[in-house]
Amino acid sequence: MMLRFAPALIVTLLVGPILAGLTMAALPAFGYLPALGGHAFSLAPWRELFAQPGLARSVAVSLASGLVTTAISLTVVLLFLAAASGSRLDHWIRRLVSPLLSLPHAAAAFGLAFLIAPSGLLARLASPGLTGWERPPDLLIVQDPWGLSLMAGLILKEIPFLLLMSLAALPQLAPAWRLAMARSLGYRPTIAWLKVVAPSLYPLIRLPVYAVIAYATSVVDMALILGPTLPPTLAVSILTWFQDPDLSRRFMASAGALLQLGVTAAALAIWWGLERLVARLGRSWIEGGQRHRGEWPLRALGKGLILTTTLTACAGIATLALHSVSGFWRFPEALPQAFTLLHWQRALPSLAGPVASTLVIAGVATLLALALTLAALENEQRTGCHPAQGRLASAFTLLYLPLIVPQIAFLFGLVVVVETLGTRPQHALVIFGHLLFVLPYVFLSLSEAYRRFDPRWSQVALSLGNTPNGAFWRVRLPMLLAPLLTAMAVGLAVSIGQYLPTQLLGAGRVPTVTTEAVSLAAGGDRRLIGVWALVQASLPLLGFLVAVGLPRLLWSHRRGMRGSP
Amino acid sequence: MNDRHHLVLKDVQLALDGASLLTLDAEVGPGEILSVMGPSGSGKSTLLAFVAGFLAPAFTASGRVLLDGRDITGLPAERRGIGLLFQDPLLFPHLSVAGNLRFGLPRAARDRAARVEAALDAVGLAGFGERDPTTLSGGQQSRVALMRLLLSAPRAVLLDEPFSKLDTALRQEMRQLVFGRLREAGLPSLLVTHDHADAEAAGGRILTLA
Amino acid sequence: MPIRPLALLPALALILTTPLQAAPNPTDWEAVLEEARGQTVYWNAWGGDSRTNRYIEWVARRVAEEHDLSLVHVKLDDTSAAVSRVLAEKSAGNLDDGSIDLIWINGENFAAMKEADLLHGPFAERLPNFALTHPGHNPEVVTDFTLPTEGYESPWGKAQITFYYDSEDMGDSEDMGDSEDIGDSEKMGDTGPPRSIEALAAWAEANPGRFAYPRIPDFTGSTFLKQALIALVEDTAPLYAPAEESDFAAVTAPLWEYLDALHPHLWRSGRQFPATGPELRRLIGDGELSLAFTFYPSEPAAAVADFELPESVRSYVLDDGTLGNVHFVAIPFNSPRRAGAMAVADFLLSPEAQAHKQDLAVWGDRTVLDVARLPEADRARFAIDEENPAMLPADALEKTLAEPHPSWMTALQEAWRERYVRR
Repeated sequence: MMLRFAPALIVTLLVGPILAGLTMAALPAFGYLPALGGHAFSLAPWRELFAQPGLARSVAVSLASGLVTTAISLTVVLLFLAAASGSRLDHWIRRLVSPLLSLPHAAAAFGLAFLIAPSGLLARLASPGLTGWERPPDLLIVQDPWGLSLMAGLILKEIPFLLLMSLAALPQLAPAWRLAMARSLGYRPTIAWLKVVAPSLYPLIRLPVYAVIAYATSVVDMALILGPTLPPTLAVSILTWFQDPDLSRRFMASAGALLQLGVTAAALAIWWGLERLVARLGRSWIEGGQRHRGEWPLRALGKGLILTTTLTACAGIATLALHSVSGFWRFPEALPQAFTLLHWQRALPSLAGPVASTLVIAGVATLLALALTLAALENEQRTGCHPAQGRLASAFTLLYLPLIVPQIAFLFGLVVVVETLGTRPQHALVIFGHLLFVLPYVFLSLSEAYRRFDPRWSQVALSLGNTPNGAFWRVRLPMLLAPLLTAMAVGLAVSIGQYLPTQLLGAGRVPTVTTEAVSLAAGGDRRLIGVWALVQASLPLLGFLVAVGLPRLLWSHRRGMRGSP
Repeated sequence: MNDRHHLVLKDVQLALDGASLLTLDAEVGPGEILSVMGPSGSGKSTLLAFVAGFLAPAFTASGRVLLDGRDITGLPAERRGIGLLFQDPLLFPHLSVAGNLRFGLPRAARDRAARVEAALDAVGLAGFGERDPTTLSGGQQSRVALMRLLLSAPRAVLLDEPFSKLDTALRQEMRQLVFGRLREAGLPSLLVTHDHADAEAAGGRILTLA
Repeated sequence: MPIRPLALLPALALILTTPLQAAPNPTDWEAVLEEARGQTVYWNAWGGDSRTNRYIEWVARRVAEEHDLSLVHVKLDDTSAAVSRVLAEKSAGNLDDGSIDLIWINGENFAAMKEADLLHGPFAERLPNFALTHPGHNPEVVTDFTLPTEGYESPWGKAQITFYYDSEDMGDSEDMGDSEDIGDSEKMGDTGPPRSIEALAAWAEANPGRFAYPRIPDFTGSTFLKQALIALVEDTAPLYAPAEESDFAAVTAPLWEYLDALHPHLWRSGRQFPATGPELRRLIGDGELSLAFTFYPSEPAAAVADFELPESVRSYVLDDGTLGNVHFVAIPFNSPRRAGAMAVADFLLSPEAQAHKQDLAVWGDRTVLDVARLPEADRARFAIDEENPAMLPADALEKTLAEPHPSWMTALQEAWRERYVRR
């Protein structure tokens, strides 16, 4: 009977803290925060905010990185899906999606930075032979003022996310049937896919796309590593203002948090306008009868772009690994003059604590999220009311709230709420913060498999005399083991990658591999960063290995359990 | 298995969004098989779902289902004592063949191992117990599904196009096996099919829906 | 039992200017250690340098053995975050259960915390090892950016701006002569590294993109501003009084003129700055920079040992001396584990901890103890490895310029941002 409360509990858990956090950002933004002596409403915080040097530029870069990142990521994903023809390369890339998705943003950012910096691996490989550079060129590549390297880093991470979301949504569209129909009418495969599958796919992945926009406009950890510095992106500026020893700046920071909310909303609105425009232009293209033109370049682009991003991500990880064992490494040598395990040996004692707390936090948050998700989904099955899927109006759209409201906009307010309640920073608080972001992802990755699970299995179990609980434990759970473990791996990966909630709710006293790795960024010690980023990247990967390996091991004698049920 | 069971459908009316699908009044005696025929959309499957207790909320139903004189209309599916046979055998892929049969046996049953062995033996599958169900042929899987059903000791059985996925030769054989077993067990059965041969082989009354 | 701050405030200044006579009551200290046992002390300290972090890990291990307390390093990217947290706790009414027990601090952050009554104290003179610093002879251990510390912070280490460069790049002494091609780098070699702030500008112009200072408000970067300001103003006296007392724009005008001219010749043409001092080190290692500076005189030598810098690195200080300061640890007023924090602060002052900190292989931060007045056995621990070519000559650090009043730091940071953050 507890099941019936699960959906309400989930919605409260997700929406409550966000609303509370936003309220506690909105009040100080207008001068009201009695604890800091703000007793009357005023516009002073806004005046101070708009007087900040470089504010317009911060806002512009945040807005641009949201739109550009999303447009490029989505294009690459759609072109790849259109060009994919079931070749070995396509399978290989599909396989890489999950591990790449699990790669934490910070680790990806470090990998990219090590790769493309003027003294990075690419420049070293090309020098001095191709470039003639004997020393690193004085080029502003990483942390460039326009945020291009930040966008590149975000694109590396958002492509796997959108690809996975698309792959999950595709089967309900019966793409093979649609393609066959279009091809029998004379359309070339890539064109056919873009014309008859993509238009139906987009509405199904619209919410994930919005989540990408929101994330890219307000990301903090990646922007600290790759983003511009003078001025930094809006989200990073807000973070510095909140931590200023001059507490009166918190009023301005709160106004900044609201501004961030506005910037994200503006990006979403602009995107929505672009959607209309593309839909209008697209329709005349689809109905224009063109069957061949562009097939070859589109196909080449579809394969080439995804290959480039995938290889970049892999090369980035390889660079991290190389740095973590390098001795002195003078430019333009392509390889370090010497290799050493010293950096690992030195880091090991300090790794243990953060690794342990990372795993505890991720494990508990994921298990909680999983329990809530299963309760809600099972309740849905038993009451037989399936929420309309893909519709914006569905109550479960609220699940996306933590993914669409920028973290920085409500987390500080949440910290104020927590401080007022007298709760001291500790693991439980951090776990609660992580749950806000783990829960939606676990729910989204499990719900599809759960809802599509053939109801006759449960019916058979019930008609054989099992109770609904018996059917759940003895049939549904074991048969859904693979998607269940995948959802857990996703949950772990999401938790492990969290920077801001850990840093703020834990007051820096709950160190995880992610907060430690990001704090090393300022020092610029590539060897040590290599060690930490590699550890950070490998933890979620372990989760995915278990998710793939465990079912194979358990069901090695059950052919029907291999592949998804 | 010598109990004599009785299934009665009284004034059953099914409707979807207010539009009436079917009305039915029927009595099925022990060992009797009532065949319900009709084109797709005539409400055959809905009728089965109603009797088994899986009716989707979109449908409205009135009338009563009586099993051995007891009104089971309001009971949850697992307490109705009604077994199901689908067109797919639906052997749980995560369990072995014997595991599937054990899954069917009531918890209180004694001599579990012996009864599972006997059931396999009865359908010519002795020694198949530890096999992975997916390694069995279609006909063998159907036989295991039947035995799993019988082991669960239902008081009535619903058959949903149980032979439609089998090839012609196998179909004849399975009809004989299934109907023979059901009669032998004295179970009242409701067969839903659109294959006239099924209904004839069942040998009971035939009810055709519009 | 809560610890009562000694009611010594008025007398303190006097005591601290004479050699410390009154040893702290040993039984009192025993009580402190007793209370410290089993406590978990949260030490908020800048975590941007792996060498410092490793040293703090060592301290944590040692105090666990010595005093049975567990020390947690809360790594900060800027000390101001800790100031902000304590202040936030105070305004939220949290007066006795703060989340920070010890802060690594000096300069404007200390001034801000003391001003706002956010510090516990005075406690420094209660630490048995404090006497080893002999403040009567070494006033710098009780002075922080011109302000008397009054026992509200305990000295931990000494920093002084030290420049370093890759001699292979610069063609310093031994590499000159036998080279045949006369490229740019050879011309650079003729002049050697710049030995004054004025010469630095000329050097940067001749070697564009080869020098940088960390982005303000990083403390190493801010110190560079002060170093330049001291060199460029005619009268340094106003710098040692609060900035509000002088015409800030007029005093700092030469600095902005200097920076405006310097920036186009900096790394990335001054459009981007490295985040921290350690990042300068990385950039030298990668060959992006030829000249950099650090707050820790032995850092270059230590970094060679860690494979971070080439063996050709050499260090020096400017002819007119460079800024130096002492860094401290302080205890927030609402720390619930002050005994543990004091036990750690005292351990940090022990000859063992100070010598380990000065060890090049560990951190290379100079000691605040008066080594000459230490017992023979302890003195030996502090012998400096002068053989290391990347190390400064022993007498180089005699020309230490004192830090200006802390208000200058904040004012300079604000003005720099106003001027150089792109609109």
